[in-house]
Amino acid sequence: MHHFSVRIGAISYRVGSAWAAPIASLRRLYADYPVPEDGIATVTARIGPPRPWRRWIRPQVEIGGDHTLPDTVPMALRHALLAAEMAMNMQVALGERRHLLIHASAVERGGRAVIMPGDSGSGKSTLAALLGENGWRLLADEFVMIDMANDMVLPFPRAISLKNSAIPEMERRIADPARFGPLLRQTPKGELRHLRPNPEAIARMDEPARPALILFPSFGLDPAAEGMHKSELFVSLTEGSTNYIALGQTAFEALVRMVEDIPAARFTYPDSETGMAIVEQFAAEMGI
Amino acid sequence: MKDARPLATALADPISVLEFTPDDWTSLLTIARAERLDGSLAYRLADLPLPDVVARALEDARAQAAFDRTQALWEVEMAHRALSPAGIEPILLKGSAFAFAGLPAGLGRLIGDLDILVPRDRLDDAEAALIRAGFEWVKDNEYDQGYYRQWMHELPPLIHRDRETMIDVHHTILPLTARRTPDAAALIEASVEIAPGLRVLNAADMIVHAVTHLLADGDLAGGLRNLWDIDRLLRLFASTPGFWDELDERAALHEMRAPLGLALRLTNRLYATPVPPRLAGYDRMRDLLFVRRMLARDGWGRPIRPVNRLGFYIRSHWIRMPPVMLARHLWTKAKAK
Repeated sequence: MHHFSVRIGAISYRVGSAWAAPIASLRRLYADYPVPEDGIATVTARIGPPRPWRRWIRPQVEIGGDHTLPDTVPMALRHALLAAEMAMNMQVALGERRHLLIHASAVERGGRAVIMPGDSGSGKSTLAALLGENGWRLLADEFVMIDMANDMVLPFPRAISLKNSAIPEMERRIADPARFGPLLRQTPKGELRHLRPNPEAIARMDEPARPALILFPSFGLDPAAEGMHKSELFVSLTEGSTNYIALGQTAFEALVRMVEDIPAARFTYPDSETGMAIVEQFAAEMGI
Repeated sequence: MKDARPLATALADPISVLEFTPDDWTSLLTIARAERLDGSLAYRLADLPLPDVVARALEDARAQAAFDRTQALWEVEMAHRALSPAGIEPILLKGSAFAFAGLPAGLGRLIGDLDILVPRDRLDDAEAALIRAGFEWVKDNEYDQGYYRQWMHELPPLIHRDRETMIDVHHTILPLTARRTPDAAALIEASVEIAPGLRVLNAADMIVHAVTHLLADGDLAGGLRNLWDIDRLLRLFASTPGFWDELDERAALHEMRAPLGLALRLTNRLYATPVPPRLAGYDRMRDLLFVRRMLARDGWGRPIRPVNRLGFYIRSHWIRMPPVMLARHLWTKAKAK
């Protein structure tokens, strides 16, 4: 088993692969990340062939680890990096029991966080990546972790998965090619390329932020914004959380506090510049 | 780690983990999760001086187990409310019984579905009462329904339409087609009331049921976990005077005397459980196959020893039904795919 270990915020991973190449890609993508505390990874993700011969003959990749879903569809070996990333995500989505997970991206400025929940295609990852290069610190692009003891956002700055039109958009803005993973074509999600967050996001991964604003972006429409009712906000946040139910009353109370205390809105935006401008405008109103 | 032995050792002798390297810890956590023994392990190691990251991971496992326990006890209450108007006192089995009765086997243990035992002549009433309470069939095709009702030791599984929890209603503890026939009436007759309208098997029968679950009804998937139940129960029950004699008698009554001996040897081997040689019998070469099957997982949580696993998979069908019937069953299942 080829493997490597990495710490991303509160999660220390051991990632294993039956093939050497995906581990080499991961090492490049996660260069400069710290190693697990005391050298002990507590979460295992792995990728391997669904049947032994699939390691060599028409190779296929199956995602696995400590926590798995039944009947995941095997992928082509050339998409092994995506499979490894999915395996890592799956461990957090299914296994995290310490912090409340919200399906969202998040950025921080001056110690205050903007949380951006949204379905895939809403542009939440791209928007967070853009803001992360323009005066904000990227906290997370997929899972926002809430420390239920103090309601703070714990950074989880994984590699950002850029899809389709977001890829040239970010390539244009980021000069350092070493921050990009290989371009993956014809994946189940279309074209895909991973982006390592900037050095600041990695260096400050142990610095939590106070959530100050929740914005639901949706990409592709003329600019518009509207407020959200608290009950609607509550339901949207629970729907996107994979561990809200398993955390029981503690999570319920934490989420009620968030919904009561943090202003929320939704907005639509047609392009990157407008999207960032709308977030900046909301942030200015909040004094962020 | 080349197999799951360090997990068995850590459960039996927690001090053994104090010499672990960082890689050993990662492997142990992975194997324990794969065997669904992480909660049990977390309670076993709770009082030891552990690296902070490991202590946090185990604390999370205990929190999860505590949450599962609350859910499981609520399901027991729901079943009680559904069945008591029909005058049925369910006998709780396995995880729910251990949790409800506060037995050490329940500490951190995974509790899956609610398993209950009711007298066979009350089966229709129990089914009707549960359906009135909101449970629905999972398998509603004619073959599966017919198969369960004619040959199995339980009703087809029912799922609650709102809570999405599953209940298995048993009328005995092995399929009717199996080679051995436990005495269901005697199980019910000797059961013990633990709360108004709720019962558990008596101590000896509880062991016999754990043995049937481990050795007479499956391919030993989850074997380490089922054997851990036996270890925890035996260490508690052994202090009762006359327990071993009663266990001997009850195992004979339920045609489970030989599997009991094997289970005692296995739990002695893997968890160092004190067992009387008179009941356990002599070690046999065949025991090693069972040990190797139960430990068949590497440090990445992957199943290993495919030939051994296949052997036990075939055995599980072989002991569950006669050959002609097995052939017919597999044929029907294959056609359905």
